[in-house]
Amino acid sequence: MKRRDFLKSVSGLAAGAVLPAAPSVISSAKADARSETLLIVSEGGPNNLDIHGVGTNVPGYEVSWNCYDRLISHEMKSGPGGVPYYDRDKFKGELADDIKIDDMSVTFKLKKNAKFHDGAPVTAKDVKWSLDRAVSVGGFPTFQMSAGSLTKTEQFVVVDDSTVRVDFLKKDRLTIPDLAVIVPCIVNSELVKKNASEKDPWGLEFTKQQTAGSGAYKVTKWTAGTEVIMERNEDWVGGPLPKIKRVIWRMVPQAGNRRALLERGDADISYELPFKDFQEMKANGKLNVVSLPFSNGIQYIGMNVTKPPFDNPKVRQAMAYAMPYQKIMDAVLFGLGNPMFGAAKDKATDVAWPQPTKYFTDMEKAKALLAEAGYANGFETTISFDLNFAGVNEPLCVLVQESLAQLGIKTTINKVPGANWRTELNKKEMPLFTNVFSGWLDYPEYFFYWCYHGNNSVFNTMSYKSAEMDKFIDGARTAAATGDKAAYEADVKGFVDLAFADVPRIPLYQPFVNVAMQKNVTGYQYWFHRRLDYRAMAKG
Amino acid sequence: MLTMIGKRLMFAIPSLIGVVIVTFLLTRALPGDPAAYFAGPAATKEAVEQIRKKLGLDKPLIEQFFRYTNDLAHGDFGNSLTTGQPVATEIRNRLPASAELTLLGLIVSIVIAIPLGVLAATRPASWIDHLCRITTTAGVSLPVFFTGLVLVYVFYFRLGWSPAPLGRLDVFYSAPPTVTGFYLIDTLIARDFEAWRSAFSQLILPATTLAIFSLAPIARMTRASMLAVLASEFVRTARASGLSPATVIVTYAFRNAMLPVITTLSMVFSFLLGANVLVEKVFAWPGIGSYAVEALISSDFAPVQGFVLTMAVMYVLLNLIIDILYGVIDPRVRLEG
Repeated sequence: MKRRDFLKSVSGLAAGAVLPAAPSVISSAKADARSETLLIVSEGGPNNLDIHGVGTNVPGYEVSWNCYDRLISHEMKSGPGGVPYYDRDKFKGELADDIKIDDMSVTFKLKKNAKFHDGAPVTAKDVKWSLDRAVSVGGFPTFQMSAGSLTKTEQFVVVDDSTVRVDFLKKDRLTIPDLAVIVPCIVNSELVKKNASEKDPWGLEFTKQQTAGSGAYKVTKWTAGTEVIMERNEDWVGGPLPKIKRVIWRMVPQAGNRRALLERGDADISYELPFKDFQEMKANGKLNVVSLPFSNGIQYIGMNVTKPPFDNPKVRQAMAYAMPYQKIMDAVLFGLGNPMFGAAKDKATDVAWPQPTKYFTDMEKAKALLAEAGYANGFETTISFDLNFAGVNEPLCVLVQESLAQLGIKTTINKVPGANWRTELNKKEMPLFTNVFSGWLDYPEYFFYWCYHGNNSVFNTMSYKSAEMDKFIDGARTAAATGDKAAYEADVKGFVDLAFADVPRIPLYQPFVNVAMQKNVTGYQYWFHRRLDYRAMAKG
Repeated sequence: MLTMIGKRLMFAIPSLIGVVIVTFLLTRALPGDPAAYFAGPAATKEAVEQIRKKLGLDKPLIEQFFRYTNDLAHGDFGNSLTTGQPVATEIRNRLPASAELTLLGLIVSIVIAIPLGVLAATRPASWIDHLCRITTTAGVSLPVFFTGLVLVYVFYFRLGWSPAPLGRLDVFYSAPPTVTGFYLIDTLIARDFEAWRSAFSQLILPATTLAIFSLAPIARMTRASMLAVLASEFVRTARASGLSPATVIVTYAFRNAMLPVITTLSMVFSFLLGANVLVEKVFAWPGIGSYAVEALISSDFAPVQGFVLTMAVMYVLLNLIIDILYGVIDPRVRLEG
């Protein structure tokens, strides 16, 4: 007999003895509800239900993804280990019924029976207003839109009540994929406009607290920092009606307790656990543990190339040979990562990203390179990391510190609080640091544009500038837009080779997203945003 | 009495003003840029600036301060950026959760610690004295998160007696309509006995954790002050007059020994209320401590300021209540400003 059943029967007995039988009836109704309810436990919860809001955090994206629709979304394909994985190249309509791509524009026909949660029909006006909003509110949403060359409200044109056209500013391969990310979600414009004010013309205060979309779920209760409750939208037209009726998402800050809740069968699904826990849960086989690589993501060691000693490529190469790669894989990740090092010497460069470098741990070579660069006795430096991800970063930096000590390099570890990390990255003064970058859009040139291009974005954390590199990256972007396959391949190979030869950053591994769930939970899908999609899930 | 209370409250005003100024400056002096934090991982410099403008952080410090005090005067504590809610509402919702837990923990602790302390004092160096010493030393030297985790491990994970550590109610119960904010009381008002049972069983482990931790100061203080009182002359006289030991200890000695105990209680209570962050984290308790810490981690000014201010007000009120209690317990204590 399970604890819950036991308690229920005891409470039924007790209630039966004291009161009429009504409470026990309520109890069994609650038990039935459980089979259609998904209980998620995670460390953090949303701070805003609208991705267009100011400073919406990553858990907030999960709400937006499930409660709002986009014009288009991705098809699924079979990924590593047979887990459904989003198909980067295949799109399907979500609110759109029909998609017509022309030379300099794309036209969407909306589904006729699409309705918002309040029953209002989804019209072309709503679509235009929502896309206008995404490119106008500033901050992250506007930035994400611009990554697909979507920057001006004039680009979104209402053709008729159920037809919208998006005009291209220039040819850009990323424009269509960028319409399938979380940001361009379609908002109930009439409802939000009613609740907007002069100070807040886009109604961000309103949508912060409640969902105003047409998506498969709607938020019925949200207690910030404690729980989010979502109910299924019975009239959803974006896809087949989801099996899960109700999603209860509770915040449980203590990782050990999240694991206990899973192992006792009280919670259905959880993520954000220490790697060691995932490894152990995988081994004991009571739960389903899914580990999939971050698409287009790499954990790396970055070096500031504007200052000595890392302005010398020889020093950087020496560093790349001095990394304790395998130790990091074993002792920090417990094997839950894809190595990004040690490719065979004669392996040709792929037209793909991420791909492993040809570096491996070789202290002799590192010593020789360091001597050549004039640092035979080593030097002193500081390695910084983000405390928000201390579980991985701290042991990783300690291993690096140990390894570098063998070359006479004295490293001090600098722990940067999460709130401060971005400020520090932006300053671009840290000599040595570890970080992760992962792009929503899974294209090599997208990664390189942010991380290696001389326009020096926030993610070019090394301040790396090279005219040759820029030529390759720009060339690849143009070639992708015009469909020139040969030029594209040559440019991608060019920038990958250059990045590995110059090594302003040392790729370590491709991180995994780990999710643990009960055996009876099915339908997990991997998405580029790495959050859960409840719509395909079921409890068997 | 009323003039005394009024006077005391007047004296509290300068310290509250001080708290407002200091917390404002301290939060501004924290490392970390909230604009960069909230602009998200992929923000450009312009995006960060846009956010800064939206948050009003581009204004000079003095202007920010006047805005803040002006809002405070209107009862507006500002908005938390991490949870996205007005700070005043959040504190109003979370304070009862912390208070209910802390009060229950304190009551459990008092029920155990005071008799233990009294018994230990009446029989020094006996087994009960040693028991008192061992429990209190053990209780205070075990960190609360450790006790909490051990309790969860044993009673939830291993034995399955306790419900899942998922906050104030089992997920499948809905919270009672808010009257006091204390679930144990509100469920009774709503006559929802099942929810009462759920709320109570959720409370047992965290309250025990807190009680174990706060046993030590209360029991030790009771013991010490009882020892002092028992050695005094009026107790000897009472004993010599042939009063029963119970009358001597409870009516005469204990009443006189209570003042320092009450002081300790007030200290323990205000300390627990703010410092049970770890217990709240372990039991996913939606309390005020975890709220403040999360805000601090993300450089979220408003909740930190709101939290410190609330705690300061509570502290002032608590001290006032304790002072009044002094007068009730011991008429010799005069209440003066």
